[in-house]
Amino acid sequence: MSLDIATSIDSVTTADVAPAPAVGSRTPLAIVDCDIHPLPRRSSDLNPFLSARWRRHLETYGNGNRSPFFANTPYPRFTPALSRRDAWPPTGGLPGSDLEFMRSQHLDANHVELGMLQVLAPSGMAQRNVEFGAALCTAVNDWQVAAWAEPEPRLKASITVAQEDAHAAVAEIEARTGDPHFAQIAMAPRAFNPLGQRAYWPIYEAAVAAGLPIGVHAGGYSGAADTGSGHPSFYAEDHHSNAMSMQTLLSSMILEGVFERFPTLRIVLVEGGFAWAASLGWRLDQHWARFRDEVPHVPLPPSTYLKRNVWITTQPMEEPTMPRHLREVVEWMGWDRLLFSTDYPHWDYDEPAQCFGVGFDDAQRAMIFRDNALHLYGDLRPGRS
Amino acid sequence: MAISTAGGIDCDVHPAVPSMAALLPHLDDLWRETMVLRGIDGLDLASYPPGAPANCRADWRPPGGKGGTDLGYLQRQALDAFGTRFAIANVLYGAQALHSEDMAAALCRAVNDWVAQEWLDPEPRLRASIVVPWQNPQLAAEEIHRCALDPRFVSVLVLVMVDQPLGRRSQWPIYEAATAHGLPVTVHAGSAGRHPVSGATGWGSYHVEDYVAQAAAFQSQLLSLLYEGVFERFPTLKVVFAESGVTWLPTLLWRARKTWRALRSEVPWVLRPPEEVVAEHVRFTTQPFDAPASAIERVLDQLGSDRLLLFSTDYPTTTSRAPTPCPTSFPPTWPAGSWSTTRSTPSPAWPRPPARPPPTYRTAQEAEP
Repeated sequence: MSLDIATSIDSVTTADVAPAPAVGSRTPLAIVDCDIHPLPRRSSDLNPFLSARWRRHLETYGNGNRSPFFANTPYPRFTPALSRRDAWPPTGGLPGSDLEFMRSQHLDANHVELGMLQVLAPSGMAQRNVEFGAALCTAVNDWQVAAWAEPEPRLKASITVAQEDAHAAVAEIEARTGDPHFAQIAMAPRAFNPLGQRAYWPIYEAAVAAGLPIGVHAGGYSGAADTGSGHPSFYAEDHHSNAMSMQTLLSSMILEGVFERFPTLRIVLVEGGFAWAASLGWRLDQHWARFRDEVPHVPLPPSTYLKRNVWITTQPMEEPTMPRHLREVVEWMGWDRLLFSTDYPHWDYDEPAQCFGVGFDDAQRAMIFRDNALHLYGDLRPGRS
Repeated sequence: MAISTAGGIDCDVHPAVPSMAALLPHLDDLWRETMVLRGIDGLDLASYPPGAPANCRADWRPPGGKGGTDLGYLQRQALDAFGTRFAIANVLYGAQALHSEDMAAALCRAVNDWVAQEWLDPEPRLRASIVVPWQNPQLAAEEIHRCALDPRFVSVLVLVMVDQPLGRRSQWPIYEAATAHGLPVTVHAGSAGRHPVSGATGWGSYHVEDYVAQAAAFQSQLLSLLYEGVFERFPTLKVVFAESGVTWLPTLLWRARKTWRALRSEVPWVLRPPEEVVAEHVRFTTQPFDAPASAIERVLDQLGSDRLLLFSTDYPTTTSRAPTPCPTSFPPTWPAGSWSTTRSTPSPAWPRPPARPPPTYRTAQEAEP
């Protein structure tokens, strides 16, 4: 099947989608997908959850992020709507906007028993106008329940919070606490300041009180360049730089003592890859030992917190040519740290039937594809809790 | 086990500028007067606080206080102690962080002349990297052409964090000048302070946080050099990543290969997968090597070749450990005396010190590419 880029958006239907190839004789594993992206079908879908003032604001001024374009990301993406070409619903609308199509193309086809929603747009998390940001977060949270989690019990929402206004974020978390449609809190890693810093600690306190993990999905608009040496040129660099941001984010949270102050806080890093984590832990340990006099509030080797307080989703998976190398990396991180994710419906989606295809035994696959997530979030599968 | 470093090439030692007074004799009248009248001093990089215990081993700290300011100490503690045949001096100094292109150029010239007179003249085992004002790549190229006439300058030194990614075309005059003289470009840890050291997550609170983030900056710079096509345009260029931590490299290349395959239409001039380009063009100094002893052999297997590595002590910092500066448990299958990293590997990356007699002198005009 060849796709003409100009016409693919309108012409691709589910009939074009090849079924997932069978891998050996393996029984399909029922999985937990820790990163699924829903979108509103129409921008007006959020209107019922916004006040008249903020509806007007959104229509007139749009997003106010630390970013150059009115309606695009700083690095234009590689596919329309960032998505797989076959993920456009046959009924119209954007990829990830049609629940029925998401069920047939992804949840049913890939045996997804439980899926974690991550709403990237619209997002109130990084709005410069924090009052608008808080209102938008509330609306997004209401919409996730009404449009997704309520009609589809396999899908769980994330409480998006206006992270630059800790007071508003805490209020939002408290308002949602106890609502079974929410499995976690959502924050963006590229915040206005490193997330370990004290301005954000009330959010962590509220997360611990609510008993919810915080899912930190790649992205955000800090206004700072992707790299410590400025803005790279290409989307290929921007895409990969999310892995570097996850590394510096973890350094911040560990070295600020967040996990000393909140020893039961659980952080999930989403869509930054994972294989870098072992090297980061080694580097943190090695140089923490050299500079311990500067951070006396961090009494344990930093990798201790990595293995106690942090979980990492798998996509976009680093893929060595030698399968044993990937196994070694997971050994170093710990088998219990990894949570499978697809990133459906985006272009860099990882296909469950083809991931970890070599060199992982059934018990290891079960941990990564399902059990680690059930331990972390609780068994939220329909009919189980 | 201890690795013999005798006869090796130490690719990263750090003589330090004691103060502006040391550079005054190497400035012209205008700049000397400027420094004196304006009282300009204190240009050590914030990336390396001179008084931090980690930045100078206690027994290596000279009476004056600042590590790396005493030639006798460096001779005894780095050159004699490790038996190195050559050591390459990388001077980390704030000339590379100034916002004034002209002041940066003047101070880079002064640093290079100072290192030649105060370190290279009295100690024949020392070589040096040319400190350049990247702030203005044309001026940087001029400084390369000027210093390269002295064969004791064996590379070009830039910081890993400046104002733009190093692959960007604005920086290409530096690579053009370096390759014209067969000099590798050494990208060393350190920030010019233009951007948060942690990149997009913002300015951290702690020095150790910045230090750990240097590895993220190296990762980004490697991608920039690859994707901008620097090695396609300069096929003879060698780049040395100094003090990068190294162990982030295998997994970075796994993802880079995948990303390149998916997105190569954005960078159609990149014709080979990242790991092949790195194997040909990029080398990594061994200090620090961020891995516990139990993992080192597996990491080396993932790297695919010890030929990517260049022995370094990072003297006088505490990334060096007595009695050997090398990671304490490099595999015993690399017996002392045949460890390729200390000897054979540097030759292709550093053509000047071991491999060649001093080249025939050329005028600056002849050296122009």
